[in-house]
Amino acid sequence: MSDYAPLKFFVPEPTGRPGDEPDFTDIEIPAAGAVRRPDIDVDPAEMKDLARTMIRVMNTKGEAVGPWAENIPDDILMQGLKSMVRTRAFDERMMTLQRQGKTSFYMKCTGEEAIAIGFQAALSKGDMHFPTYRQQGILLSQDYPIVDLVCQILSNAKDPLKGRQLPILYSARDYGFFTVSGNLGTQFLQAVGWAMASAIKGDTKVASAWIGDGSTAENDFHAALVNASVYKPPVVLNVVNNQWAISSFRGMAGGNNATFAERAHGYDIPALRLDGNDFLAVYAASQWAVERARRGHGATLIEWVTYRVAPHSTSDDPSKYRPKEASEAWPLGDPILRLKNHMINRGIWSEERHKQAETEYDEEIRVATKEAESYGTMGSGSSPREMFECVFKDMPRHLREQRQKMGV
Amino acid sequence: MPQMTMIEAIRDAMDVKMTMDDNVVVYGEDVGYFGGVFRCTHGLQEKFGTSRVFDAPISESGIVGTAIGMGAYGLRPCVEIQFADYIYPAYDQIVSEAARLRYRSAAEFTSPITIRTPCGGGIFGGQTHSQSPEALFTHISGVKTVIVSNPYDAKGLLISAIEDDDPVIFFEPKRLYNGPFDGHHDRPAKNWSKHPLGEVPEGHYTVPIGKASTFSEGSDVTILTYGTMVYVAETAKEETGIDAEIIDLRSLLPLDVEAIVKSVEKTGRCMVLHEATLTSGFGAELAAQVQERCFYHLEVPVERVTGYDTPYPHAQEWDYFPGPARVGKALKSMMEAV
Repeated sequence: MSDYAPLKFFVPEPTGRPGDEPDFTDIEIPAAGAVRRPDIDVDPAEMKDLARTMIRVMNTKGEAVGPWAENIPDDILMQGLKSMVRTRAFDERMMTLQRQGKTSFYMKCTGEEAIAIGFQAALSKGDMHFPTYRQQGILLSQDYPIVDLVCQILSNAKDPLKGRQLPILYSARDYGFFTVSGNLGTQFLQAVGWAMASAIKGDTKVASAWIGDGSTAENDFHAALVNASVYKPPVVLNVVNNQWAISSFRGMAGGNNATFAERAHGYDIPALRLDGNDFLAVYAASQWAVERARRGHGATLIEWVTYRVAPHSTSDDPSKYRPKEASEAWPLGDPILRLKNHMINRGIWSEERHKQAETEYDEEIRVATKEAESYGTMGSGSSPREMFECVFKDMPRHLREQRQKMGV
Repeated sequence: MPQMTMIEAIRDAMDVKMTMDDNVVVYGEDVGYFGGVFRCTHGLQEKFGTSRVFDAPISESGIVGTAIGMGAYGLRPCVEIQFADYIYPAYDQIVSEAARLRYRSAAEFTSPITIRTPCGGGIFGGQTHSQSPEALFTHISGVKTVIVSNPYDAKGLLISAIEDDDPVIFFEPKRLYNGPFDGHHDRPAKNWSKHPLGEVPEGHYTVPIGKASTFSEGSDVTILTYGTMVYVAETAKEETGIDAEIIDLRSLLPLDVEAIVKSVEKTGRCMVLHEATLTSGFGAELAAQVQERCFYHLEVPVERVTGYDTPYPHAQEWDYFPGPARVGKALKSMMEAV
């Protein structure tokens, strides 16, 4: 007789499903200002504690406290808040377009705005993001033309990507925005390669890699870390932990009890873990990691703890798999509201100015959307000829033949 | 003119390009200090430094993924996948990324990368060191696929591949590295030292991607082939006395359809010969092209001689390998059919 009990197969479950009360008691939240700020040239082994905690700057009174709060200029906050308001307004308008049947698809970043926008504020011209599909804030916090964004979403005659790419998978080289793939995780590795090239050429450009909690399960995440460990290129490895990958909670990527930041330690890469809804913390940590990279100290992995308030995409219905009120109960709050309160507290913003900004961006986006719609919606206005262009630099014979056969 | 092995010719191509263009970098597993398991990068690190020639972690996805990033930066990486059998972890990066950057970004980003990889059997390498996965790459849109068969072409085509602004998969039949292989494994190995195609010019020259070469002229039957099988076809031609025209395709995509049509229209018979497995192999595409373009010139059906639809076996390597006997038998039956 064997004394082994039959094994049981384990599948992790989130703390709540539809019908349950939201339960975030497993998210440990240290007080704002409690986490130390090491020097940028610190030995990764000396800062391992920073991967298990959460760097936060704004306290419940809206004050900026602690070592990460120092030297954040007012104009960064002003620009950050405006960009977040603008991004949220854009998301809402694009959702409407999708419901009206003018585009096939859209993805919002509601609740996660601070991360892309705060990080972008720490980069310089010539640096390059390798984004996923939820970093529209990178473009919306720069002067990228809104009309072009909407034309891409509508796949119309003025779509900069000629109707070849799914809505929101933008490409904007001049704005440091690498073409978004849609195959998850691939770009994380490419960012490392881009950063290797910066070092090979003796430049000082920095790459910013983006991935979600769910996609850290992909092989390419680990390949990126090993290459970043080996060659120490100037790259910041951003993991946006918004708790959900469509219907799979973070535990399905092995992130239930261990943090995503801790994964860096096995590769001798330093890691930070952040309150991703705290714009000041986002900016301060981004600046730390970018400076570290640009000074030649190598890669940093940053886990941004946040919550995907929005559905995964317009094709998704989160009420089928998570508690309905979960986003309101999320303990790190709303990034826009929190920064707004801080700025009012700081004496550089007001409720009136906030309302004014909301109205201004709603109007800007309404006008731009109207113009974009005049160039076509839902693929109308695109040319079938474009389908055959850009497969190769020069069109080979077989594609020429196929195009001729099609009669375009 | 110097006489080179295919290994030396490949190395020379990288040397020439690295000397001409600071943006060319070379890396892969064991390619740096050691110079590659087949010695193709021997001496390059010493000459160009560790920033331009270096070892990579054992992660093929990592090698190609980082190369794509470097290509987007403005470099021209020429990377090595140690065996074609190991290329599958990189497949997503090749198919979904390198092949599509130009298309999906409306040419804002491109992938001017070359992926060199030794392919094919005949070295007693079993199923993990013998595969010919070329058809997996011709079936996707946005990469070029090249297979070389001799030192002269290898250097000229590799220079073309590195200079190409689109991604190129560059297959090197490892059985041909040190000499042509007639398919008779029990006979002494030949080397390139006296072969006319082992004469390799110094310095820069190119062989264009997308152009086939007529390896051997003939009037009875056209053999469409590439890589190691070029020499097997030559042996079968000699042994049967059938006047075959051997077309070395060299580039599978883009494909030199004009050369194929010209030859098949002349001979009226067409054999498709490759080492890779039969079903959905590149031979199927060749047979379809010939049927579409040359149907009324054909006197007999297109004949495919290929590896069997099994994994590449170890002990049974020479039963699997489509050697001169199988090719000769098929040639005879094609001639006797009419």
